[in-house]
Parts: sequence; structure tokens; C-alpha cells
Amino acid sequence: MTTKFEGRKISPGEVTGEALVTTQGLSFYGGVDPETGVIVEKDHELEGQSITGKVLVFPRGKGSTVGSYVLYQLAKTGKGPVAIINQETETIVAVGCIISDIPAIDRIPIEKIKTGQKLRVDATNGLVELP
Amino acid sequence: MKLTKLHQEMLQGKHGYAAQKSMEILNALGEIYEAERMVPVTSVQIAGVSYANLGEPGLDWLAQMAEDGQVRVLTTLNPAGMDLENWRVLGIDPEFAKNQERVIDAFAKMGIITTCTCTPYLVGNLPHFGEHIAWAESSAVCFANSVIGAKTNREGGPSALAAAITGFTPEYGYHLEKNRQAHIIITVKPSISGTAQFGTLGKVIGDILDANAEWTIPYITGISVANTDELKSFCASIATYGGTALFHMDGVTPNRTKIPKENIIVSENDLAQAEKELNEEDAKIDFVSIGCPHASLREIRHIAELVAGKHVKKETWITTARPTKQVADRMGYTKIIEATGIKFACDTCCVVAPIRGRFTGLCTDSAKGCYYGRGRNKFQTKHCSLEECIEEAFAE
Repeated sequence: MTTKFEGRKISPGEVTGEALVTTQGLSFYGGVDPETGVIVEKDHELEGQSITGKVLVFPRGKGSTVGSYVLYQLAKTGKGPVAIINQETETIVAVGCIISDIPAIDRIPIEKIKTGQKLRVDATNGLVELP
Repeated sequence: MKLTKLHQEMLQGKHGYAAQKSMEILNALGEIYEAERMVPVTSVQIAGVSYANLGEPGLDWLAQMAEDGQVRVLTTLNPAGMDLENWRVLGIDPEFAKNQERVIDAFAKMGIITTCTCTPYLVGNLPHFGEHIAWAESSAVCFANSVIGAKTNREGGPSALAAAITGFTPEYGYHLEKNRQAHIIITVKPSISGTAQFGTLGKVIGDILDANAEWTIPYITGISVANTDELKSFCASIATYGGTALFHMDGVTPNRTKIPKENIIVSENDLAQAEKELNEEDAKIDFVSIGCPHASLREIRHIAELVAGKHVKKETWITTARPTKQVADRMGYTKIIEATGIKFACDTCCVVAPIRGRFTGLCTDSAKGCYYGRGRNKFQTKHCSLEECIEEAFAE
């Protein structure tokens, strides 16, 4: 049986990928290495893990608006996440995903998603499916 | 979110790639913040100009937007990472300079006026009361909303550019009168004067607001007089320490608001405490910086009066907008000031220039400058009046 969540489209696109989940906020400027896609924020629960190719699931973005450009750089060099799922998307992540063509959805109960789960993200229609 | 035919056409790409991407950004922000419609803007200020912040990806995106993007309204730029003409004298790496010039070229190609200042309101980008605008640069946002009474949210680089290219912004946040009402009265007991003291007051009030999530807009009483230089310093500081985008100042600012019930007193002691935090006791000063936000003509004239005939002992910069410097040139202020060894750095500022590691201790009259001097550049800081900054520059 598949579980389906309905959220809100932030940035369009459809993709399937493996979830990388954190319950902590994420700052892309300073928090993620723009060249490798590895999370470098000190004491973050995902510190040292790579977001490359993952469906990145976190509550909300934080930090400097320059973070939008970090997402753009990651996407351009193939080091970015394939999709982003948030509880509540704020400006930095929304703008970053739009300029980088990364599908993004928010208003999803992210606590029901576990790292390693395979997800289908249909951001255009605001849907997330778990197998 | 209701979109007009023009907005729809932009979304569909009928007005080109840049307009399409821009409308996608604005539409998404409108949806996120539950705006009902787009409002036309008359003025835009864009931040994210220093190559040190943008990097290659940011530049890449700007270049892509510049392929077919043209701004539809008066649009000016925030400081760049260097003086665009005098960068060699100020010790900027030629490789960085080349990249910074590519950034400026991309903005210019879109019809953006490359003023490169955080005080656009001093050099020709001056909206009037009640106008909807889309400004980035936290100090200018605070000045526009509070001192001028124009209406803007705190934009980031891409969302400000999107507003410039489409001529619209989604109507939410500070564009709506209901979100511009004060939450708390702040009564200032001591008398305040000068850019440094107003900066300290900005930190005191900013810290109060930052610690109380339900208070974002203060109604400040007890300030009888404040000139534009003092207000620009106050705006920069309260925006830095409190994230504040709008304040009311009784008898000084033009917006109307309901008067809140709760009242917080700011005492002499609060100011002294904040001043202590801005000053590191053992700070070894080897760099003096004036002009955060960018120095005005009045400030430059005053410096010329203070320094005539002396010679500085420490690296000293005045950061300002190029048009301001050009008038200072005509009036002979520049000649007097430069003869002392003080350097002008136009188009840039100490917050965005790549000067980390070049100096140990910063002396400035700017409370905002202290924050970024410490955080970004790892400098020790000394915060004092403009006159004391000049004394420090001449001291061994």
C-alpha cells in the first residue's frame, strides 16, 4: 500500500529518489559545502552527510539569502538534491529551488518520512508518495 | 493569488526567459505568504553584488538573467566587493577585480544603474511616502519603510531582481497597512546624538526586539531631534541586531500607527552596557573605517574640517557612494582628506569587501560595522564617535 501526502507546490517537477531526513533547520550558505554537497554546519545532526542526489527533507530553511545561490551552484554542478520537502518553505529555499529547477513541496508531515525511504515527488501537483 | 493577463503571460514565457523566471519567483513567494495579488513597484534596490558573496554560481545566474532581462523600473545596486575604479590602491586581488567587473557588467546589461551604494536614497533612488517598492539591503529597507514611509519587504537578491524585471511584487508583509502597526513602546530616557550613539541605541532596541518574538515593530519615544545621518546609522544598527524592517519614532517618522500598551524603558545604563559589548578592551586598532552606511556629504565635509593638515598613522578608509565623492571632489574635501593619507573607497564597504586577514582591529562609528567586522572578518572592534575615530587614525 502506498502512503500519499498532499502538500503545496513551491517549485514544479517530478522525480523519484531516496530520502535524507533531518528534524533540524538547514542553512545552505555556510551550512552546505557548495562544491561537494556535504553538510558542514557544526553540530548539525546531518553534519558530514552528502545531500547530492537525495530527496532532502527538513522543516525549514534559515540563514542568509545568499543560500539561494548555493542551491543554484549545487544544482548546476550535479551536486544538488533531486527534490526538497519541507514542513514550511521560506524565501531562501523557495527562491533557490525555482532558480535551480529543483522540485520542491511544503506542508508535508515530514516526521512520517524516514531516511533511506524511496519517495516519488510530484511537486507540480503537490504530491509525495511512499511505497 | 490573482494574476492579471500580463502576469500570466510572463509566467508562460511570452515576455522572455528572465521575465518568466522572475514571475515564477514572485508567484511562489506570493503563494507562500498568501498574497492576494501583485502590486506595481516604482523603485528597486538590489543586494548581493559582491563577488565574495555571489561566487561563480550567483554570477552564472545573473548572466543567464541578463541574456534577455531588462528592468522595468528605477533600479540601483548595493555596494560591490571593491572600488570599481580605485581597487588597486586599496589592495584588491586582480583576479577578484576581474570577476567583480563581470558581475557589474551583468547588472548594467539589464538596465540597472550601477550606483553600488547602501544609501540609494542619498543618490537619486528616493521613493516617496506610501509608494510600493522592492528593496534589499537591510539598512536601506529600514530607512525606506520607517524614515520615508515607502513600503517594502526585506527582499533578497533574486527576489529584488525579479521585482525589477517584472515591475511587480506580491502584496504581503509590509505592503499591507495592517502589518505596519507598532507592537511595543520603547521610551528612550537619555538624550542621544551623533551617528555612534544612534547606532548604540539601535543595538539596544534591536536586542530587545530580537529577544521577544511578538514584538517586531517598535514605537520609539523620547528622541526629539535626529538628522538623516543619525537615522541612517540607527536604521543600519536596529536592522542588524533586531532584524527590524520598520520602526515608528514619535515626532520624527511619518507613518501612522496605533499606540501599543506595553512600554519598555531604555536607560543610560542600557546604552552603557551595549557600548561595552561593542568595544573589546584589548582591541589593537590598525584599521579605521567610516561610512557604514555610506558616508554622506555632511559627514565628509565634517571630516575635512577635522583632518586638515594632519597625517594618519593607521590605514583609514571612508566608504561612500561615487556620486557623493564626486561632489566632495568638486568642493575640495577629497583633496584635503586624501592629503592626510586617508583613502576613499567608493562603490564598496567594509561589510562586503574581501578584507579578512588584512587587519586585526577595527575602529568605527558604526554599530553595524562592528557586528560584521567581528563575524565576517574576525576583527576586534572599537566603537566610538566619528571625531574619536579620526583621533584614533592620527594616534600612534
